[in-house]
Order: sequence, then C-alpha cells, then structure tokens
Amino acid sequence: MNSREIIARRIAQEFNDGEVVNLGFGMPTMAANYIPNGINVILQTENGGLRFGGAPKAGEQNPDLGNAGGEPITMLPGGSAFDLAFSFCIIRGGHVDATVLGALEVDQNGNIANWKIPGKFVPGMGGGMDLLVGAKKVVAALAHTDKAGNSKVLKSCTLPLSAAGVVKRIITDKAVFNVSSKGLELIEIAPGLTEADVKAATEADYQVATNVKTMTF
Amino acid sequence: MAEVKTVQECASMVADGASVMVGGFLGVGAPLQMIDQLVANGTKELTLISVVGSYPGGGFDIGKLTAGKQVKKFIGAHIGTDPALVSGYNTGEIDVEFNPMGTFIERIRAAGAGLGAVVTPVGIGTEVEENASKQSFYGKDYLVFPPLGADFAIIKAKKADHYGNLCYDGTSMNTNTTMATAGKVVIAEVDEIVEVGTLAPNEIGTPGIFVDYIVKGFSTDERKAIFGEIWQKGNKLK
Repeated sequence: MNSREIIARRIAQEFNDGEVVNLGFGMPTMAANYIPNGINVILQTENGGLRFGGAPKAGEQNPDLGNAGGEPITMLPGGSAFDLAFSFCIIRGGHVDATVLGALEVDQNGNIANWKIPGKFVPGMGGGMDLLVGAKKVVAALAHTDKAGNSKVLKSCTLPLSAAGVVKRIITDKAVFNVSSKGLELIEIAPGLTEADVKAATEADYQVATNVKTMTF
Repeated sequence: MAEVKTVQECASMVADGASVMVGGFLGVGAPLQMIDQLVANGTKELTLISVVGSYPGGGFDIGKLTAGKQVKKFIGAHIGTDPALVSGYNTGEIDVEFNPMGTFIERIRAAGAGLGAVVTPVGIGTEVEENASKQSFYGKDYLVFPPLGADFAIIKAKKADHYGNLCYDGTSMNTNTTMATAGKVVIAEVDEIVEVGTLAPNEIGTPGIFVDYIVKGFSTDERKAIFGEIWQKGNKLK
C-alpha cells in the first residue's frame, strides 16, 4: 500500500453514519472509495449540492451539474442543489459534521497551512478557510514528511496559515494524532513502524497515548 | 419587465474599465456566449468578479477573457485552474484580490440585500486579516468586509420567461442567483425563453424584477455537446 492509499484508507475510518461530510481534493476525495459498509455519509460539494454521486457515462452528462472541481457528477436519490450563499451557510454555519482537507503543514497548536507558498504557489484559498472555521470536526491529511524527509508536522507552521487552532485530528502516512489544547497525542502508528520511527520523523512535540495502536485497514 | 436583446447588443453595453461579475463555477452555470462576445469585442481593463478562475486548464469560460488580457483586476476565491490568470497574477499584470469563498459570496449578497458589511470569523489569524478590519462583537473577534457590487452582473440560467423570471438546473445556480441581486445592470443568458405563466412560481430561482436583459445563448443540447467534449477530453466521463 503506498502512502497516499494509507492516508486515504485511514481517512475513511473517520466518519459516523449519517454525517454531513465535505472532502477536499486529492487524498480526502480518494477516501470516499474506502468508507466502510454500513456507514453512509452525506457528501456536500461546496459549489452547491448534497448527496452527489460519481461521474455520468458519456452522453448522459448534464452541462448544469458539476462538482467543485469542475467535473461532471450525478445526483443520488434524495440529493439537493442550491446556490453558493446557501452552500456556505451550511459550511460556515456549523452544519457540516466533518471536513478532511489536505495540508502543506500542520502544527501542535492545531494550525494548518494549505493555501499558499509565497512566490511559488498561490492558487487561492477557495472554500477551505470557511470549512476550517465552520466544520464541527476538522481533519488534516498530509504526507508526514516532504521529499527530503523534513517533518510537515511542526512545532509552528512556517507557511501562511489557512486557519488557527482548528485541527482536531492529523492523519499522515506514518501516524494519527489527536489535537487538543494540551497539544498533540499520538494515537496510531502505521503498520511496520515504531514509535521511534514516528519520533524521528516528527518535529512537533507530542504525548504518546497509553493505548496507542497500529493503524488497521 | 426584462427586455430581450441580442448577445451583441448586451455585450456592447460593457465599456472598457467596467466591473463585471460573471456567474458560474468552473464553467458550469457560466454565460458562455456573453463571454465569447466580450472577447470578440475586445473589451478591456475589466474588473472581473468570479468565484473561481476558469474551467481547469483555461481557454474556456472566463479563461478566454484572461487569455485575451482583458482583465486588469480579479476578485474571487481561487485562481489556480486558469493558467493565464495565474501568470497575470505572477507578473503583476492582473491585480488579484483573494476572498475566502463564503466571504466572497456573502459580500455580493450584502450588496444585493442592502447590508452594510459582512462580519465573519473566517480568516482570523491569517493573511486575510490584512484586507479587512478586525472587530469584536459580543465578545468574539470577527473580520468585517464591505459589500461587493458591480456595474454589470452577467449570469446564466436555463430558462427565462418574458418577465425575466429565471429557472436553473443542477448545480448551475452557484453564484448566479446572488449576482443577480448585486449588478447595476443584470444580463441573463438562457438556453430558452418561454411564455409568461409556463414557469411554476416555486421553480423560479431568480424573480424577474432583478433582471434587466435576457439574451438567448446556446440551447441545452448544444451545451450538452460542448461540456461533453471538454469533459471527455479531460477523461471526466465514464
């Protein structure tokens, strides 16, 4: 299993039946494929829909029906569509139970940076900042280290923040942390790794949970 | 009552330097023919207000305006999908004002709804604070933003009747319904113009009182073919 799949499969364990969930692009969206049987979540697309499904077949596309990535979608039975102001009423108003967003960096104070690398990559924040502030539970998903092996789970984010003190859980290819006012708590370690491996790859300070587990899939 | 005009007549109302809010989200719900006509007219120095940049990869939707260097300022939440917009931002040719998406649409709603400001917790503790004033209300900090209106709102709906009542399909309402309230002049491009009385009251997403001009764009079948082609090209269909 590659690291992206580890992260996606672990994200998929975050949800309770019936929750309203908004998934960011990349690994969070991939996670929808791994949500366990018996857990039915209500997916929201920020451009204005609830309970949407996958791509239509060629020839069955509706030019008026797309997701927040500009891709064609279908609506599931009981699905609804609405305008953007209403969609962000759902998001900012606390009506989304959980959001999972990719991140460039996270830190031990629950800060997250995921919208800007000054001078290099400035796509804009899109709806991410609203989700981070409005969702009841914010999960950050990211590779534990960059390609050079530097930790992306930091004492303090170096990149411009997307929101301060909002992350409740961090999922990486090496570990899962809970985030609280007391800082980070290591609750799960990826298969094949030890706590020492996590320690070596992590800049942030953290406590180890007494019942720390191996991630299971 | 809304007046039916041609795409050419309406696009020629938009002068160089105008502020124009354009409905749609990555192409879906975008007024394609009005955009094409603004490109054909070469209208320049536009302030373009759109929630996001063009359909991914550019060259379609509002990506034609940025590729044609017709935009001097862009106000929205995301530009990353449009190479011409990103490059204009990087070179400084296009001034970009980033707004969190919910703040963006709420500013437009405030302009259309007669509100004095948007007061939101989103952006606290980030660079977004630099574009707003921070104030405390009832013991909590918020960012305060001004309403956002424009000279023109160019929007897209599926059908209009001759009163200008508009109805939408799928997720194409997106920014269109809110922008309809916040343009000094509101131009609605539609697939089809129907007789008054054929749209059910609850089917109407934008009441006609907001709409100044209706223009007939592509038919639904033509749009289905256009989007079929770009989605097929991007491997987005099964």
